[in-house]
Amino acid sequence: MTADFLLSLAQAVTKGLLTGMVYGLMALGLSVIFGVMRVVNFAHGEMMVVGMYLAWMGFEYLGVSPLLSLPFIAALFFVAGYALQRGLISPFIGRPEHQQFLLLLAVAILLVNGALAIAGPDSRGVQLDSQFDSYELGPIVFDAVRLHAALAAIAIAALLWLFFTRTRTGKSIRAAADNHMGALVVGLDVRRLYAFTFGVGAACVGAAGALMITIIPVTPFLAGEYTLLAFVIVIVGGLGSMTGALMGGLLIGVSEAVAGLLLQPSLKSMFSFGLLILVLLLRPQGLFGKSSS
Amino acid sequence: MTFARRLVGNAAPRTVWLLAALLALLLIAPAILGKYWLSVLILILYFAYVGQAWNILMGFAGQLSLGHALYAGLGGYVAAGLFFHYGIGPWAGVFAAVAAAALAGTIVGYLGFRFSLAGVYFALLTIAFSEFTRLAFDHWEWAGGAGGLFLKVDGGSDIVNLRGGSLLFYYVILALAAFAFILCRALLESRLGRYWLAIREDAEAAQAVGVPVLRCKMIAIVISAALTALAGVWNAFYYNNLFPETAFAMGRSIEITLAPIIGGLGTLFGPVVGAVVLTGLGEAFTDLGEALGMPGIKQIFYGLALLVIVMYRPAGVWPWLAGKLGLGELRK
Repeated sequence: MTADFLLSLAQAVTKGLLTGMVYGLMALGLSVIFGVMRVVNFAHGEMMVVGMYLAWMGFEYLGVSPLLSLPFIAALFFVAGYALQRGLISPFIGRPEHQQFLLLLAVAILLVNGALAIAGPDSRGVQLDSQFDSYELGPIVFDAVRLHAALAAIAIAALLWLFFTRTRTGKSIRAAADNHMGALVVGLDVRRLYAFTFGVGAACVGAAGALMITIIPVTPFLAGEYTLLAFVIVIVGGLGSMTGALMGGLLIGVSEAVAGLLLQPSLKSMFSFGLLILVLLLRPQGLFGKSSS
Repeated sequence: MTFARRLVGNAAPRTVWLLAALLALLLIAPAILGKYWLSVLILILYFAYVGQAWNILMGFAGQLSLGHALYAGLGGYVAAGLFFHYGIGPWAGVFAAVAAAALAGTIVGYLGFRFSLAGVYFALLTIAFSEFTRLAFDHWEWAGGAGGLFLKVDGGSDIVNLRGGSLLFYYVILALAAFAFILCRALLESRLGRYWLAIREDAEAAQAVGVPVLRCKMIAIVISAALTALAGVWNAFYYNNLFPETAFAMGRSIEITLAPIIGGLGTLFGPVVGAVVLTGLGEAFTDLGEALGMPGIKQIFYGLALLVIVMYRPAGVWPWLAGKLGLGELRK
């Protein structure tokens, strides 16, 4: 083990942690939606890609940096998510999984092909002024774009935590998630809360998309990959657990970066799927999830 | 004769006659249809067959697999690899292909069912195995790696090696689809089939009354994987090429699930009706897209059609259609 190798390993871990924060934010959206209404959002990666495209369009046509357009994209996603839940998903809550799967698959097909029709198949990236800036901490170099994205993701996650622990709506949503019948009995408007939750989950993934576009360019074909990535992260962290989603994001971010360094970059997701299989078999509630029994 | 009698069971004579007429029609169809319609019919039969195979695990035994591309891909790769490297024809290679897929099914099933994974969790396990295998094949030289495996096309007809035109492949897939239909009917009428339905409806209650739940689920996944492997072999020799990116893709797995879900889960006619509806819609939207000069619009229409079907016929098209046609006794 030479010092050079250790340094590049530390560098890879740093990069993985920073990207992993954005992964974590994306997975948080999936986890919140599942944790509250037991619906697996099979269109999650597609929503992520739409968020990336919106941020790219804001930058390309209006000259707005993705970090500035992020609040608008998140707000738009909240409204769209709220409407989607109210209009389409609501009747499917509690129905068999394959029906929910087919419904969200149809939504996914519409989103990804809508993006393809509007933006075309070419890869679209954002060139920020801070593209080549970096900060140094001792021998470790922090890429400025990644650092900003990670910090923004942490800030959004913190806001979300405040929402779920400090506000009345947030607490009501958690109550409805813990005990659906109990929430109905004490007079909570569960249908509205579910729509609100889907909106919040969608806002998370929209925000994650706006951050991700600063790191890598977008193509419609990324959508399926992101859906799978989000599944892997939430299962590894614990489906329905907020801490789990963030920690799972970091873990997968680091494992991808390290696998890319030690093995071939194309093998990086094999690592993640191997991890997924192990977690499913040994600890299906996830590393940070509560045991259901 | 007793087997045939049991197979017919309580089905209305009208249904049996209709099925016989349908089979006769399909047998003479190539003489009537042109090249294009024959290729559409081939697609329909392929999706009906592979949907029937998937339906055994999900529709009968209630275990949601979203990774069936694993079995189709393995089957295709084993048979094509044996032919490509050693000249072993598919009629022999198919046994190795089925064995490989059955083994994969055993592993996925044993791990999943042994650890009591159900619903979404089991589905994600099947996806993970399929994706893992896809990435492994990407880096496996024997199977051609990411560059793919190509079978030589010399234009000749050689039934021994399953080389020939679309007519040959039409009759092979028709035979497979008919075989799967009869097999599924026989399974449903058997004790095993009743056990499956009991597990699907309530696994705990089934266990409590003495149904060997684990063993029944294992049999379901092995049969389903083995049948799916046959479709994979057929697919490999029909298209003459295999890529990990498509053979093991999540999209391939999803494609397999659509006909039975759209048609009606757990019914015998569901996969068939679903295959007709989906292939028909797919072809119609392709034509429409070309007519409008917007080929990309096809998928959007397709997504909309899926949305409408799942919203208005969540239990599938067949149970509703059967009611309309007065074939109600088949609505199980």
